Amino acid sequence: MNAKQFRFVSGDRRVREDRRFVVGKGRFAADIAAPGMRHVALVTSPHPAARILAIDKIEALSVPGVHYVLDGRELAAATQPLLAGLDTPKVPRRPLAVDVARYAGEWVAAVVADTRALAEDAAELVRVHYEPLPFVLDGETAYAPGSPIVHVDHGSNVLIDRTFVWGEVEKDFAESPHHLSLRLRWGRSSTVPIETFAVLANWDPWRELLDVYASVQMPRFPEQVALALKLPGSAVRVHNDVDVGGSYGVKRGIKHAVLVGYLSRRLGFPVRLVEDRLENMRGGDGHGPERNFDIEVAFDDSGVIRSMKMRALDNVGAYAGRSPFQLGKPIGAIVGPYRINSVQYRAIAVTSNKTVQEAVRAFGQSPTNYAIERAIEEVARHRGLDRLEVRRRNLIRAEQFPYLIPSGTTYDSGDYHAVIDKVIARANYAGLLAERDRLRRQGLLAGIGIAACLEPSGANSTFEPLLNPKNETTTYSDSCRINVDLSGAVTATIHTLSAGQGHETLVATVIGEVLEIDPDRIRVVRPDSLSSLPSQSPVGSRMAIMLGGAAFHAAQKLKARLLAIAAHDLKIPLERATYDAGHVFDRVALQNRRSWAELVTIAHRHFHRLPPGTEPGLAFTHVMQVPTGGQLPTADGRVQMYPCFAFEFHLLLIAIDPDLGNPEIKHYFVGHDCGTVINPKIVRGMTMGGIAHGIGAALYEEFAYDAQGQLLAQSLMDYLLPSAHEVPPVDIVHHVTPSPHTVFGQKGSGESGYLGAPAAIASAVNDAVSPLGIVVNSLPIKMAQLADLIAAARDKSKARP
Amino acid sequence: MRVELTVNGETRAVEVEPRISLLDCLRERLLLTGAHAGCEHGVCGACTVLVDGAPVRSCLMFAVQADGYAITTIEGVAPGPGELSPIQDAFCETHGMQCGYCTPAMILAAHALLADNPAPTREQIVDAISANICRCTGYAQIVEAIALAAERMRGLNQPVCRP
Amino acid sequence: MKPASFEYARPADLDQACAMLAAGDDTRIIAGGQSLVPLMAMRLARPKRLIDIARISDLAFVRRESDAVSIGATSRQCVLERDAVVRAAVPLLAKVIPFVGHAAIRSRGTIGGSLANADPAAEIALVAVTLGATLLYREDTANGEIAARDFFIGPMMTALPAAGCITAVRFPLWRETRIGVGFHEISPRRSDFAFASAAAQVALDENGICRRVALGIGAVTAYPLRLDAAAKALEGTRAEEAVVREVVRTAVADIEPLSDLHASADYRRRAAACLAVRAILDAYRDAESAHAG
Repeated sequence: MNAKQFRFVSGDRRVREDRRFVVGKGRFAADIAAPGMRHVALVTSPHPAARILAIDKIEALSVPGVHYVLDGRELAAATQPLLAGLDTPKVPRRPLAVDVARYAGEWVAAVVADTRALAEDAAELVRVHYEPLPFVLDGETAYAPGSPIVHVDHGSNVLIDRTFVWGEVEKDFAESPHHLSLRLRWGRSSTVPIETFAVLANWDPWRELLDVYASVQMPRFPEQVALALKLPGSAVRVHNDVDVGGSYGVKRGIKHAVLVGYLSRRLGFPVRLVEDRLENMRGGDGHGPERNFDIEVAFDDSGVIRSMKMRALDNVGAYAGRSPFQLGKPIGAIVGPYRINSVQYRAIAVTSNKTVQEAVRAFGQSPTNYAIERAIEEVARHRGLDRLEVRRRNLIRAEQFPYLIPSGTTYDSGDYHAVIDKVIARANYAGLLAERDRLRRQGLLAGIGIAACLEPSGANSTFEPLLNPKNETTTYSDSCRINVDLSGAVTATIHTLSAGQGHETLVATVIGEVLEIDPDRIRVVRPDSLSSLPSQSPVGSRMAIMLGGAAFHAAQKLKARLLAIAAHDLKIPLERATYDAGHVFDRVALQNRRSWAELVTIAHRHFHRLPPGTEPGLAFTHVMQVPTGGQLPTADGRVQMYPCFAFEFHLLLIAIDPDLGNPEIKHYFVGHDCGTVINPKIVRGMTMGGIAHGIGAALYEEFAYDAQGQLLAQSLMDYLLPSAHEVPPVDIVHHVTPSPHTVFGQKGSGESGYLGAPAAIASAVNDAVSPLGIVVNSLPIKMAQLADLIAAARDKSKARP
Repeated sequence: MRVELTVNGETRAVEVEPRISLLDCLRERLLLTGAHAGCEHGVCGACTVLVDGAPVRSCLMFAVQADGYAITTIEGVAPGPGELSPIQDAFCETHGMQCGYCTPAMILAAHALLADNPAPTREQIVDAISANICRCTGYAQIVEAIALAAERMRGLNQPVCRP
Repeated sequence: MKPASFEYARPADLDQACAMLAAGDDTRIIAGGQSLVPLMAMRLARPKRLIDIARISDLAFVRRESDAVSIGATSRQCVLERDAVVRAAVPLLAKVIPFVGHAAIRSRGTIGGSLANADPAAEIALVAVTLGATLLYREDTANGEIAARDFFIGPMMTALPAAGCITAVRFPLWRETRIGVGFHEISPRRSDFAFASAAAQVALDENGICRRVALGIGAVTAYPLRLDAAAKALEGTRAEEAVVREVVRTAVADIEPLSDLHASADYRRRAAACLAVRAILDAYRDAESAHAG
């Protein structure tokens, strides 16, 4: 399959959403006002763990313009706890702390006032009496017996501790000549969108309808809000036509929406919460994985890995929604792109008195890729082999697809060696090595970074029944509805919110391709949740596959109807009806045709000319299940996770000043295979943005805590987001191995770049410092700490006789 | 306090508390919601507007300090309804955005750069946008948009004296 | 992050401003606001009254005097960045200003505001200390001046009296003709607060010997340090790299650098040394290429 066979798919088309953004007419949640709207500010816990003895609201309520101070007890009495993913009923989660605050920054009370500024004034006057409690911050400490327990009723800090064994791991280890083990640490960072979470809720007591405008990216968001508020699902109307200012996983927002939803119902006016940056960083619950990996690999003389044992312990923070599933999703690509024969995987999630995690871009796959890549690099080092060559020996080969991995997922397609060859050629690998050596001779530390990683795409929540057998969710769907109106205009729908992924352009392009009409003529709208069909929101790199698929199938239904109407009206057998860019003609008598306009008129107005049994109008719907999905896991935890697997290969050259420790990425190449590319501009943007995120996670970003449980990176002054200076130009090389599971062969690309960049940068830094005998096994690699390691190593080598 | 703000060529009087930032005043009183709040402490740049043609963080200015300047927001950039300036169009051509949240600020930063330097190098473009954080794009397509705009604008019949 | 309420006043002249400052409690000056407003947004600063001096035209100037360049306190950094007198007569300041924050910060930020804020990593403060500048201030009706090296007394702390307002800063002119400057800083991202910085100015004679050297390091301690002994030790030399390294090493051995989440004290010491060497070597090379006269 190649791009030439498409009219519009893979064409370098503009992204239509851009037009409204460049003129400042995006419609973000904080842009939406409702008459009589009041504002919320939060009162937050200063302690990492404390009993809440009393909340004194009198002074706060005496400030003019202040309407209400809501505490956790009142909210808990009126609402259900937020849904947890795991079976942990004794770890309830609510928008406001109830009786116990469990992390510094946790929301304890909500103040409602005429303006946000007044709400903040009043929030300062709410007097909360705390009794500090023992607390635990470190994940391993929280896991060990004897540490303070975050949820006493749960009995421990362990939310899940499950070991999976796929294949004959002990036999493979026994039969392998070499073993090595490694401990790695993925530091706590997150995606930190520039727009914080914002939500406006407006309860209409006469219609009994709660309107919600939120900056959200969350599957089943309306349902969960309704459930928590003890409302029927049809009493919550989420507006999907709100533009989300970036999410990359974290804007789950259930607690925010439940909070303002309750307040609106209670107080009788619209209520809006726009997190300020402090509320967001400390208490917005948007943190990402904080994971320790213990890996053991068994391999042969040529560096081929036969078996792997991985223990992954994640410190999810004080509560857990879906975040522990970030240990489950990577099971669907647990061997990465390699032919590892057997795997033992132990997934542990623990609570601690830190801010809560949500879902970060790729849902745990990037830390896992980092771990796998570090392991393979250590194998190469152990055997004294070239790191690229060892990878080539281990990679799944093109002729082996579809490839079943030990944990039960089949990878759909790929040609990893071809991608690598393309990158090596484009990068002039020999030249890169020569440049590295030249930089070293100039006195710099210089290293080449390599990473070969997968992007599972299409999503599927089978990690839910995998980690929580009580939750038998196997449906993961999306939908599209197409309507052709009386004027012949085509309108299609998206049933979720987007955060810049270009979904309107995607839908128009797909439908235009099927109908052979200019995508620019296709209107795309977003009905609200009550008028919508099922959608699971843009998570798990799924929309090109799922929304694209649903739009495709709906368009095919439309096309089939047009053919049927034309055939009937032309009085010809259906096989002779031929579709051409909206018109239909008789294959054997070309002059016999019906135009688009005529067909539309027949459908809408001339019932007497329709084939018997045909519905009037031209409205078609498709609700699609994820390809390859629909099964529950086996007893030993094997299941088909995601359907499609994109591949990326990173190659970069880094130079590090040995005295100052500051890294400079000199060259960066990426080979990317996400199957058929529907819109190149969109895909490139995703990859570049993902690389920028990866650079941040590898070198700059960390939610560091002090020993007193205070978050040190509370503002953007201390949480360092890469600017244009920190992201180098990247040369992206494409390859296409189409997926057999999707309508155009497309795979997802929403997480591309982020999946491999941290691993690649870690590889480069390690290559740079290895001459000094330094190995870095944690991220982020901060400049000053790296410089300290370098200085210590140099001192040690000077001290030797 | 009463303050007169000249925004996009139009002067309007507003009654504000001194503590209202220029950002909040533009968004909530003048209903110009193109400038966005990302941090409210002067780091992310999403609130950038032009003050006498120079990029300024509107979250770090109080509305009461902002009288007597020519303030330009994104709403003042397009030449007419449904039209795009060359810079706005270039951003659409290269897809120099995704979620759109930092975009008005980037475009204004680009306007300020190109007014001062019609033929910037890549390094100069990077420097000009380095005060604006984008979390979506990784910057490549933004830099390309500005370079494309510069190239196109050099080809237009522009007056030498800018207002 | 909305500030606590305050009153706002815009006095027409310095006299009025100082009178207001002297009269009130919890009264603060605002000029560019680039350091003050973030503090107010986080409610770490909660003045009851802000006195806006940004538009007092008497306070914005660059004057070349007989033995100094005098710069008014409310001169905006972006203006100084392009000023011909600053470039010619205070080249070290001209070199450093592009490193102050970002262009958007410099659009509004003032030289007086930066000095009064006294961030340990502030570039302008480093230049003031390195060159031995003098800060002029007014307290109510009285004028005063403080040497830069006495002005900074701790992190974000100055010797400026509570009701004082900086009016100008005077940078001494160097009479020598072959002058060169060097500046380096290291920060995690390009425009972040530096972990360490170093500024150097040298004057050479016609044989390439250092006649006069000024050297300062910033960001590593609570306020910028002028390394007089090191500077003196380099006078009479050609600033050969080995010599410079040794002189600098000795100079930083005694300092007590800050240590925090971002960087250890040891890192700051080593980085300061590294940057000081680079600054001096750059200044020397810059002076070598300067034309006499």
